[in-house]
Amino acid sequence: METYFRDLAQTLCAAILPQETLLLNYDGETSDFVRFNQNKIRQAGNVRQQYLQLDLIAKQRQSTATLPLCGDRARDETQAVKVIAGLREQLAVIPDNPHINYALAVHDSRDAADSALPSPYAAVDDIIGRAQGLDLVGIWASGQQLRGFANSLGQFNWHARASFNFDWSVYQNSDKAVKSNYAGTQWNNGVLEQKLNYSREVQTVLARPAIKLKPGRYRVFLTPSALNEIMTLLNWGAFGLKSHRTLQTPLIKMIKEAARLQRQVHLVEHHADGLAPRFTRQGFAKPERVALIEKGEYRDCLANARDAKEYGVEVNCAIEHPQSLHMAGGDLSQADVLRELGTGIYISNLWYCNFSDRNNCRITGMTRFASLWVENGEAIAPIDVMRFDESVYHFLGDKLVALTAEREHILDTGTYEKRSDASALLPGALVEDFAFTL
Amino acid sequence: MNWQPIVDEFKQCVPAVDFWSLRLVDDETETLSVREGVAQPPASAQSRGAYMTLVHRGGMAYGATSDLTAPGFKRAIESAMNWLEVTRRHALLNVDKLPRPGTSGRYRSAVAQPWHGMTLNDKLALLQQVNTALKIDPAIVYWEAHLRHRRTAVVLCTSDGVSIEQTFHYIVPGCAAVANRGAETQMRTGGGWGSVRQGGLEQLAAFGFPDSARQVAEEALTLVDAPQCPSGTMSVLLTPSQMMLQIHESIGHPLELDRILGDERNYAGRSFVTLDMFGHYQYGSELLNVTYDPSHPEEVASYGFDDDGSPAQRVFLIRNGVLERPLGGSISQSRAGMDGVANARACDWNRPPIDRMANLNLEPGDRSLQELIAAIENGVLMDTNRSWSIDDSRNKFQFGCEWGRLIQDGELKGVVKNPSYRGVSAEFWRNLTQVGDRGTFEIWGTPYCGKGEPNQVIQVGHASPACVFSNVEVFGGA
Repeated sequence: METYFRDLAQTLCAAILPQETLLLNYDGETSDFVRFNQNKIRQAGNVRQQYLQLDLIAKQRQSTATLPLCGDRARDETQAVKVIAGLREQLAVIPDNPHINYALAVHDSRDAADSALPSPYAAVDDIIGRAQGLDLVGIWASGQQLRGFANSLGQFNWHARASFNFDWSVYQNSDKAVKSNYAGTQWNNGVLEQKLNYSREVQTVLARPAIKLKPGRYRVFLTPSALNEIMTLLNWGAFGLKSHRTLQTPLIKMIKEAARLQRQVHLVEHHADGLAPRFTRQGFAKPERVALIEKGEYRDCLANARDAKEYGVEVNCAIEHPQSLHMAGGDLSQADVLRELGTGIYISNLWYCNFSDRNNCRITGMTRFASLWVENGEAIAPIDVMRFDESVYHFLGDKLVALTAEREHILDTGTYEKRSDASALLPGALVEDFAFTL
Repeated sequence: MNWQPIVDEFKQCVPAVDFWSLRLVDDETETLSVREGVAQPPASAQSRGAYMTLVHRGGMAYGATSDLTAPGFKRAIESAMNWLEVTRRHALLNVDKLPRPGTSGRYRSAVAQPWHGMTLNDKLALLQQVNTALKIDPAIVYWEAHLRHRRTAVVLCTSDGVSIEQTFHYIVPGCAAVANRGAETQMRTGGGWGSVRQGGLEQLAAFGFPDSARQVAEEALTLVDAPQCPSGTMSVLLTPSQMMLQIHESIGHPLELDRILGDERNYAGRSFVTLDMFGHYQYGSELLNVTYDPSHPEEVASYGFDDDGSPAQRVFLIRNGVLERPLGGSISQSRAGMDGVANARACDWNRPPIDRMANLNLEPGDRSLQELIAAIENGVLMDTNRSWSIDDSRNKFQFGCEWGRLIQDGELKGVVKNPSYRGVSAEFWRNLTQVGDRGTFEIWGTPYCGKGEPNQVIQVGHASPACVFSNVEVFGGA
């Protein structure tokens, strides 16, 4: 498809008027999706989709259209040329926009990583075979994702990835389950076996009578997966330039009242280690990294093309929330987590987080899956789900006891519209006085 | 769009199987917005593709493609046939016993004022006018208005000769003002923000678009200086803009039959409702009457047929507080052995139909708004949802609203900010003590209901009167 997009782009860019600029973004995906319930297949199929986004710009005016591609050059060209004509008509009547911003310097790139994906049919047979006897429910997603950028200034960027993401839960009874994930570009049966064995081992603890906790404050350990739920919520405005300049960020106390998190909290948007393309939809190259929080203090914002123009800063992202967030580890060894937790709650997963008081960055959410009551360093039994309501300024601030040295690389399982290319590298967090309310 | 050549092309490609269905979708969305007085680039997005289901000798699989040519169909069919072989070895469902659509038909949205009947210039001017009405004070630090139109044409045809054609038009307006003083920021939204209606531009007035803009800004300023919502156990009066969310999260999702059957346990979750509860479980007080109702033409999920081809008709899910029927489409009904509704829906051509909410409405009672307020000794009126969280069994919830008004001794008092409440679904609806009449009844909906693996965002409708609940745990911010 790279050649197809390159040729299509050349034709379309040659069709515009001298005073016009054309930006083209290609999104392609071929994905196999298999949905499991009771270790059987509920739904299985394949999705092949291709889209072309066209941005026509003239002076201070811009108009955007996205259309599906069929892959037949003549048909796609005809359709795209018609769309460009429609955009041109719009440019004639819309007002000027002072925030139009696109890359003027031409820098080509090509990033097409090798991979050894398994046959999805064989992988699904393998999963079901190895999980015999387990109530396994989840989703297999695999295949190729393509992204391309081209503009009438002559720039061309290409990004191709093939990956798999198997995300599943093994249920013991009612809502007691353990969640696991195996994602990457190189399939290894041994890793799957190891993860399924872990799921089996945890079943013995989950089978014990659940403990009903009373609302109150507890010492807790948040696994990297649980912490990832928090970080995903912070995507709603915590780090974006626009939300900071318009004072909508949930971290407003960090910028207005010099509130801070604990010194060991370092957050970085690490573009270079991410799975997303290193170019934006306006053709800008992303920097290697953007420091968001350093030593507990707010540092830089993520600025997309539009907002960078409005506020006179450099473009440093495609969208104003992290897509490859890295959080620094601490000095707590993973092997010591239960001992250091002592008596409290091991929170394997959080669920459905939302802001309960945005100005104080207070977040509510639920425990989920294999969250366990721990006494004197020993996992005793699962807990019935509990609602927490706590401020980030506490659990990553004055109540943060330690971060694990080991970090987990979490590949986003999201498949809204298309498979996500977001990821995060996070430690676990030991926290005291964590508030549960229901 | 003339679908026939595409359907004919598909028929040339599809092999001889026990059953096939083809769903073709042509979807166009146009979005206009003006932020802080600056018109953003107009954006249009088109989605067009085919979703095919093949059933053969105990296997069932799908293929979906944006390539509507013969080679595109052949590739999609080949993939589906490969998966069909795998599903035959590991099938959860007995596909030979699954019901098939049997009725052909058509449906079209009722549109009085077409989207294209107003020029682009006039729409942008309208959004500018809203922006002007929003920026009334230096403390308004951000403001915006948007208008979106979506047209979706869907054709479903099957190897049994069934053919269903439906065309929908949706309108998504909204405006917002953000006020700030120091480290205190409050957002107030209006004009339909976060909601959606079916039809044309005539639907804007029902959302108060554009006329509510100045009030939105004034209320944002009021909120910044307002005291926190008090804490305690008291009554809450929920307006339809919050009832929408309450119904959605703690009735809609728990009643989805695929959740009850366990399909969603890895993602959206399960349900505290079990199959044996239908027919006798007291879900709420006797005032609680909930319908699946595709008959309001302006409500977003009114349609003639769902995406599996089942005809849609109004039924009670909860009557006088008793649970009667789940939200389950034909496949789930077959699995569970009970009646459901026509709610197997897909967000686009590239995703399979699953059980979704559609129009899920709470039927009106007989109390005027004044009567609802007058009967409250100590409580808070809450309007417009802004925070939502509920457990994976859809029981323990916590919701927050933009706007609160104290109610004391039967009278509305001052404004409070960060009004929030929490509870448990299984208990909360039994504390429904008053239901507003038709004068308080409003049609809302959300374009953003997420569910399914692979994930799907779909639009659902919720209509409700204002309602009063007693003995609720209420609190504010900080």
